[in-house]
Amino acid sequence: MVHQVLFIVFGLICVAGAINLLVQRHPISSALSLVVVMASLALIYLLLGAEFVAAIQVIVYAGAIMVLFVFVIMLLNAGAEERTRGSRIALFVGVPGVIILAGTVGWMLVSGSGRLGTVSISSSNFGETHNIAHLLFRDFLLPFEITSVLILIAIMGAVVLGKREN
Amino acid sequence: MVPLSWYLILSGILFSLGVLGFLLKRNIITIFMSIELMLNAVNLSFVAFANYWNTHPVADKSIVPLSGQVFVFFVMVVAAAEAAVGLAIIISVYRTRETLNVDRVNLLKL
Repeated sequence: MVHQVLFIVFGLICVAGAINLLVQRHPISSALSLVVVMASLALIYLLLGAEFVAAIQVIVYAGAIMVLFVFVIMLLNAGAEERTRGSRIALFVGVPGVIILAGTVGWMLVSGSGRLGTVSISSSNFGETHNIAHLLFRDFLLPFEITSVLILIAIMGAVVLGKREN
Repeated sequence: MVPLSWYLILSGILFSLGVLGFLLKRNIITIFMSIELMLNAVNLSFVAFANYWNTHPVADKSIVPLSGQVFVFFVMVVAAAEAAVGLAIIISVYRTRETLNVDRVNLLKL
């Protein structure tokens, strides 16, 4: 019962933040509502017993990535967005498309929910950092090393792109 | 006890809102934030299925329940790398065009 109430509360905060991201015209308001979405998703991860994922969600996503976004918004002094002809076409084509997408996914999930079963707060130390580290450094060692190369390439790309040409 | 489908429906709602933002927003930074929203929606279903397979053990040993959470880790790494490169591209586009509106950025050539 407590699990359901907490899920509904944080899920509603999440959806409200996502809708606010779309409604706001100013990018800094959108960025701050995305932080709300990410923070409530971290709490939902805690309900699912994923402590490590909840921690890195707050530290990496809500912390590092969103701070990068806010830095860029302030660096470029981004103002409120303007409506143009192109956005009206996107409105008339995009909204029905998204409604069809959401309707199809929702219908499939609702009709198949009987077979899916339930999720409970796990009593075991399931999402502990210890267990994830075991899996990450044993079974997923090669992908882990490849991501470090990916980050190195991303750093070099960001430096090259951000360098001022003279 | 919460049905797994609730988590998946929340994930679907967030993903759809991300797609809608990607299509409707004209500011390139907000479009980028919509992509982050879609990545977060996918992460939610990864974590929900990780918990599901932990509480519903199967005979098939190839399904490791925790690998869902490890995949979330990889998605976050890729999202961080993407944010760094993408924001660098946004800065260099702004330097040459003095605008963030995607309708005014219609040439690949700088």
